[in-house]
Amino acid sequence: MTAVHHSGEAGTPADVNDPHMTRFDIVKEGLRRDDIEIVTYESHFHGQNSKAEKRVVRNIALLFLLSGLFTAAFVVFYIVWPWHFELGHTMSDYYTPILGVTLGLGLLALGFAILAWAKKLLPHELSIQQRHGDPSSDDERLITGQTMLYVADELGVQRRPLLKGAIGLGMLPLGLAAAAPLVGGMIKNPHGDAEPMMFRTGFNPVANGDKLVRLTREDGTPIRPEDVSTGGQMTVFPGIPHGATNQHADSPTLLIHLRPEDAAETRRNAEADANGRNKGSMYGNYVAYSKICTHAGCPASLYEQQTNRLLCPCHQSQFLITNNAQPVFGPATRRLPMLPLTVDEEGFFVAASDYKDTVGPDFWERP
Amino acid sequence: MKRRKMDLSEAPTNFAKGVDDRFQAATPLRGLLNKVFPDHWSFLLGEIALFSFIVLLLSGVFLTLFFDPSMKEVAYNGSYLGLRGVEMSAAYESSLHLSFEVRGGLFMRQMHHWAALLFMASIIVHMARIFFTGAFRKPREINWVIGVVLFLLGFFAGFTGYSLPDDGLSGTGLRIASAIMLTIPVIGTWLSAAVFGGEFPGELIIGRFYIAHVLLIPGLLLALIAAHLGIVFKQKHTQWPGPLRTNENVVGERMFPRYAMKQGGFFMAVFGVIALMAGVFQINPIWLFGPYRAAEVSSASQPDFYVMFMDGLVRLMPNWQIYIFDYSIPPMFWPAVVGLGALFTLPMAYPWLEARKLKDKRTHHLLERPRDNPERVGIGMMSLTFFLVATLSGANDVIADKFHISLNAMTWAGRIGLVLLPPLAYYIAVRICLGLQQHDRQVLAHGVETGIIKRLPNGQFVEIHQPLGPVDDHGHPVPLEYAGWVVPKKMNRIGALAPAIKGFFYPVEKPADIPVSPAVGGPAKREEIKSGS
Repeated sequence: MTAVHHSGEAGTPADVNDPHMTRFDIVKEGLRRDDIEIVTYESHFHGQNSKAEKRVVRNIALLFLLSGLFTAAFVVFYIVWPWHFELGHTMSDYYTPILGVTLGLGLLALGFAILAWAKKLLPHELSIQQRHGDPSSDDERLITGQTMLYVADELGVQRRPLLKGAIGLGMLPLGLAAAAPLVGGMIKNPHGDAEPMMFRTGFNPVANGDKLVRLTREDGTPIRPEDVSTGGQMTVFPGIPHGATNQHADSPTLLIHLRPEDAAETRRNAEADANGRNKGSMYGNYVAYSKICTHAGCPASLYEQQTNRLLCPCHQSQFLITNNAQPVFGPATRRLPMLPLTVDEEGFFVAASDYKDTVGPDFWERP
Repeated sequence: MKRRKMDLSEAPTNFAKGVDDRFQAATPLRGLLNKVFPDHWSFLLGEIALFSFIVLLLSGVFLTLFFDPSMKEVAYNGSYLGLRGVEMSAAYESSLHLSFEVRGGLFMRQMHHWAALLFMASIIVHMARIFFTGAFRKPREINWVIGVVLFLLGFFAGFTGYSLPDDGLSGTGLRIASAIMLTIPVIGTWLSAAVFGGEFPGELIIGRFYIAHVLLIPGLLLALIAAHLGIVFKQKHTQWPGPLRTNENVVGERMFPRYAMKQGGFFMAVFGVIALMAGVFQINPIWLFGPYRAAEVSSASQPDFYVMFMDGLVRLMPNWQIYIFDYSIPPMFWPAVVGLGALFTLPMAYPWLEARKLKDKRTHHLLERPRDNPERVGIGMMSLTFFLVATLSGANDVIADKFHISLNAMTWAGRIGLVLLPPLAYYIAVRICLGLQQHDRQVLAHGVETGIIKRLPNGQFVEIHQPLGPVDDHGHPVPLEYAGWVVPKKMNRIGALAPAIKGFFYPVEKPADIPVSPAVGGPAKREEIKSGS
C-alpha cells in the first residue's frame, strides 16, 4: 500500500484492498490519511425505517413538492397574469407581488427542504481535523530566501550599475505613458478661459450677445412682476436656449415677492451689505436668490413664508431671506447669492447682471 | 471489424482514472471532501453577503440587457401616464421602460436593490461578529483588511448603482458627490471637472458610473471575495472554545455532504427572502421622483442606508470654514472626505494596534467571547454607536417630521449625541463585560443557584448552590478554571429539569444525559427537588 506520511498522521494504516473492508472503513482510512478523526457519527433515529424517520422523510418530500408547486406557479403567473401597467387600480398592480411571493416561497421551501434533509436525515457527526498551521521550518525559510537572493544575483543588477540607471530611465516613461491617456483624457481645466464654469451662470449677458437675460418659467415664458403674488415665490430660469435644463444646473433661481414690511427690512440689509455686492439688487418688493445651496448644491427650495427662511432639504441649512440669505442654521457657511433684478422695456423681469457671488457649493479657490 | 464491448458500468471509473492520470486529482479531491468545518450560527453572517452578491450578479446582468447608460435628452412616451411628454435622460427613460414595459423587469430591479441592501447590511453584521469575537487576530489580519476594502467597494458599488437611473434622487446624490469633491483643498475643482467631464452634471457621468458599476467595481469585488474565501479556506475557519477544541484542531463536520448541503439550503433561503422582499416591498419607485432637475428636490431625500451615516455626519457638521489667505476649506471636507477616509482606514489598522497593545504575537484559532476582552467590546460599541447616531441623523428630517420634533433640535441632539454617546457606550459595554466575567467566575467558584433556601439552626437563611465540579472535604466546591466558553448558570442547563416545551420550540441544547453531580437527580429520575436535604 502507498504510504503518504503526513507529520501528524495517527492511527494504524488499513489495507484498502482488503475485500472485508466496508465502504465506510475505506472512508475512515481516507480520513486517517487527512488527519481527521470522527468522534461521533450517529443517526437521529433509533433503527432504520422508524416512525419518526418516515415522518421526517414525508415532511421533506412535502417541502420539495411545495417548492415545485410555488415555482411552477411563478412561471404560470409570469406568463398569464396581466402585467402591462395601466393607470388606476388594476390586476397588473399585483404582478410584482405575485412574482415575489411565488418565487420567494418556492425558494424558501427548497431551502428548508435541503436544510431539513441535511440536519434531520443525515447522520450527525463530530469530526476533528488537525490544523497543521505550523510555519515552514527554519531550513525551508532559509532555502527559499537564499533562492530568491540567488535569483537577484543571477540578474546581476548589483554588479552592473549601468543597468540600474538604464532600467529606471527606460521604464519610467512606460509608466507615464500608461497614465498619460487616463489623466490627459479626463482632465478639464475648471478655470479654462473660454468658459470659467465655476463663476458663470446662464444669467450672464455675455453668452446672450450682451443682452440682459430674462427670468423665465420652466416652459420658457417670461415673467412680469404682477405674476408673483405678495408673499409668493417662483422658481425661475435664465431665458436662454436650454436655460431650464441641467445644462445650466447652477442657474435655477428663486424669485420672491416679499410683503412690504419684509421687503423694507430686506432692502435695508441689502444696502448695508458689507462687501456691497447686494446693493441695489432688489426690484421693488422682489428679491431673487440662487436656489443652489452653498453647502452641497441641492436646491434650497423649502420656503417658510412665516419665518422668511429658505431651508435646504438635503442637509437642513437655513437661510434668512430678509438678511441677504445669510445662513442661520445648519452646515452652510455662505449666504445664497442674490441675483440683481430689473425689468426690461417690455416689462418682463431680467437679470441686471450675472450673480456677483459665486453660485453653488464652496471650494478651495473661490474668490 | 470487431469492436470492443463497451461496459457502461465501467464508464465512471474509467473517466475518473482518466481525470486522475491527467490532473492527479484524487488526493486533493479527497482532502476537499473531507475538510472539516466548525459550525456556529454566527459563522453564517458572511455567507449572507456572499449569497446576496451572487443574486446581485444574476439580477444585475438581467438589468444591463435593458438599461441605456446615456444622458441624451429624450421625451418620455411610455405607459406611465404621469411622465408622458416629460424631457428626461435616456438612462431614466430606459429605467422606466425596464420597470413598466419589461415583463418582470420591476421585480428584477427591486430584487437587485434589495440584494444590494442585504449585501451591505450583512457585511456590517459580519464585520461586527469578526470584531467582537477577535477573529481578526493573527493570522487573519490580512483577511480583515480585505473585508474592510470589500465594505468600501460595496459602498461605491451601491452609490454608483444608485446614481444610474438618473431620477431625482440619483441626481441629488450626484450633486452632493460633486460638492464633496469640490471641498478637497487645491485639487477639488479639478477633480470634479475630471470626473464629470466639465461642469456638473455634464453628459458623461452616467456612462462613466455605468462602466464602474458593471465592470470595474464588481471585478474588484469578485477578485477580493475570491481571495477572502481562499484565505479562509487555507487558514481554516476559527472556532469557539469548548470540549475537544484546541488552537491546533478544527472540530466540526466534514464539508460533504452535510455542511455543503446546509450551505446550499441557506443560499436558497436567502435567495427566497430577497425574492419575497423584491415582490412585496416596494423600493426606489423612480417614477415618483421624476427625472433629475437641478431645481427640484423634495424633503426626505435620503440615500440608501449604508450611505446615511455620511449624510448624517455632513448634516451635523457645524459651519466651521477655515480660511487660509485667499483660499478656504469648506466644512463638508471634514465629515465627507477626512471622516470617510478615517472610517475606512482606521479599522484596517486595528488588528495590529491591538496586538501591539497586548504584546500578543501568538496565533489564534480559538475565538474569544466578547466579555473576555472588555476593551475591544467597548471600542466596538463606541464605533457602532457613532455609526448609529450618524445614520439616524441622516434621516433626522424624517424623524423630526414623523415625531413632531423641531428639526433644529434633532440636529443639536445629533451633534451632542455624536460626542457624548460613544464614550458612554464604551463605559457601559466595558462594565457589562466585567460584570458577566465576574458572574462566570462566581458560578465556577460557588456553583449554580438552585433556588432552594435553607434555614440554618441559628435562624440564618442560605441558598443552596450546586457545585459544577468536585468538592473538598468540607463540602466546599473546588474552584474551577474558566475555559473561555459558556458556563452553565441554571439548574436545567445541567440536567435538573426536563424541557418544559416539546415540539417546535424544543430547546436546541438538550440537557446532559449524565447527571453532573450525584446531588442532582439527572434525567433518569426526575423528582421535584425538595428543600432541606
